[in-house]
Amino acid sequence: MAKTLGPVKRKFSPWTDPNAVPFIRFENITKRFGDFVAVDNLTLDIYEKEFFSLLGPSGCGKTTLMRMLAGFEEPTEGRILLQGNDIRGVPPYRRPTNMMFQSYALFPHMTVEKNIAFGLEQDNLPKADIAARVEEMLKLVKLEQFAKRKPNQLSGGQRQRVALARSLAKRPKVLLLDEPLGALDKKLREETQFELMDLQHTLGLTFLIVTHDQEEAMTVSDRIAVMDKGVIVQVATPAEIYEAPNSRYVADFIGDINILEGTITETGSALGAPGAVNIDCGGLFVAVDQECQAVKGDQVAFAVRPEKVRISPDAPADTSVNSFYGEVWDIGYLGDFSLFLVRSEDGRILRAAQANVSRLVDRPITFGDMVWLTWSRDAGLVLTR
Amino acid sequence: MRSPRFDATVLTLGFAFLYIPIIILIVYSFNASRLVTVWGGFSLNWYSTMWSNQGLMDAAWVTARVGLLSATLGTILGTLAALALTRYSRFPGRMAFSGMIYAPLVMPEVITGLSLLLLFVAIGIDRGFWTVTIAHTTFTMCYVAIVVQSRLLTFDRSLEEAALDLGCPPVKTFFKITLPLIFPAVIAGWMLAFTLSLDDLVIASFNTGPGATTLPIKIYSQVRLGVTPEINAICTILIGLVTLGVIAASLTTKRTEIKRIRDEHLAVRGAAAS
Repeated sequence: MAKTLGPVKRKFSPWTDPNAVPFIRFENITKRFGDFVAVDNLTLDIYEKEFFSLLGPSGCGKTTLMRMLAGFEEPTEGRILLQGNDIRGVPPYRRPTNMMFQSYALFPHMTVEKNIAFGLEQDNLPKADIAARVEEMLKLVKLEQFAKRKPNQLSGGQRQRVALARSLAKRPKVLLLDEPLGALDKKLREETQFELMDLQHTLGLTFLIVTHDQEEAMTVSDRIAVMDKGVIVQVATPAEIYEAPNSRYVADFIGDINILEGTITETGSALGAPGAVNIDCGGLFVAVDQECQAVKGDQVAFAVRPEKVRISPDAPADTSVNSFYGEVWDIGYLGDFSLFLVRSEDGRILRAAQANVSRLVDRPITFGDMVWLTWSRDAGLVLTR
Repeated sequence: MRSPRFDATVLTLGFAFLYIPIIILIVYSFNASRLVTVWGGFSLNWYSTMWSNQGLMDAAWVTARVGLLSATLGTILGTLAALALTRYSRFPGRMAFSGMIYAPLVMPEVITGLSLLLLFVAIGIDRGFWTVTIAHTTFTMCYVAIVVQSRLLTFDRSLEEAALDLGCPPVKTFFKITLPLIFPAVIAGWMLAFTLSLDDLVIASFNTGPGATTLPIKIYSQVRLGVTPEINAICTILIGLVTLGVIAASLTTKRTEIKRIRDEHLAVRGAAAS
């Protein structure tokens, strides 16, 4: 499946700078609802002007974490620092954060204009300033001609823009986005993702987005935190998350991947090449070039992305390692890519993706063909968690 | 078995059963004869003599004041009760409170009336206008609570959170966001409360005192002496008022619904055009 890693980002990586001061810090945060632990002793730093994603399946605690920052929930334990200040006990209406709600939460009895002005009016700004800011916001989201409409006179995409304008109108230090694009169709969603990135860049704000859509997180974020059952499994840039997941969970959650369970037969030093690992995956031998903490005899997983697996009817020169022989069991035609599901004699299925470089609809490889899948030593990775 | 003719017959019989007594009452209010059951030709006479019947007019005025005041108080209390029941899902005694809100709906009116009477006697309040008002507030607030509660159950809480998030303190949020949005339900509750207060006989007769005779009590006591065409006239006016109220309420809800549908069509067309 095609994965967009997004455009080349500006050189921005404060998280690699040991002297950088985090803008938001979640410190040993635990949140319990009765017996249910929504967030479990979680620590996380987010830097100024970062576009940060909290990614995970529903119920993983990502929304709870965001709601604690907005002030709708208080942590059971731990503290949240915003620019170094503990914000415990500060009610949501006094926090310098604004949120764009999943349901948009537009006030149905107010016009678009009034919706956007609502936050500004709470600050008792002069009327002229409010009007000017509202106009600026309407322009930003290209809704000038809809100023006098009520929310239910707008389409889904337009409502989403109003919600965005309303949450940006007060120039919050942090903009929180709760599944902001969930209700939009695919095409509009992709457009909006790029617009969001543009906006964040132009306004120079810190964005924290909660999503369960991994493609969305990959496209927009500087960094992603992958969450599971109230803990963060990995925090890294989209490329790192995709290319170097730290666990089976992350590898499986982000994109499509083949995972084979196995036992380490040899590691680096014994092989005379530091950073090399040989794995026996139940009769299928795999060699990987990777620095690895695991030692001989450890149970690990070998993971390789389908697009890094070559498919061919011809046998490779060396069939003893990094190769898999089987029958084409199913083909998924995805337009830009075709995904081949290949089943070996022992019933294992491995997936290989091939870019459809020609317009031929009849593929040279088709159902029932016997094929060889191969991959290079640096294509896959060893997962110990 | 289902035929149009059968359906029509059943419908006609049902409506006849419900409305023939009322129609007879209305028709006889235009009777020229002093005898209620003998038709003596068309006349508006009773509508004009009704106005000069001081006792009847006083009672109507008391009823109107009791109705307006108790409906308003009942609406405020009922709305607050509904908020407490929907918003604070866990507080000690929630179940008991919830049950107690519904109890007066099924409680025989005689018991409600009697218990309130005992209360007023016990704390030594003279019975009159205020005791009737308090009694009506007590039983109408339950109806309001139920109407408003059903609206609040479908209320999107994130609207309030959004207001808080944008810097609006909780009390202001209630008046700027929550109240305007639940207002149709609150108004419906008020109308229900007003109508209930208007036609209550039992509870009012337990708790009334000198100088606070409500219209239903007055009518009831006059009827015991014999039905006069004046009574028919004032009842016809009451029926007219209630009918107007019901039609107005249903038109309001219908119009909001139609407007919503039209707005949605507009949005779809707008999206297609842009």
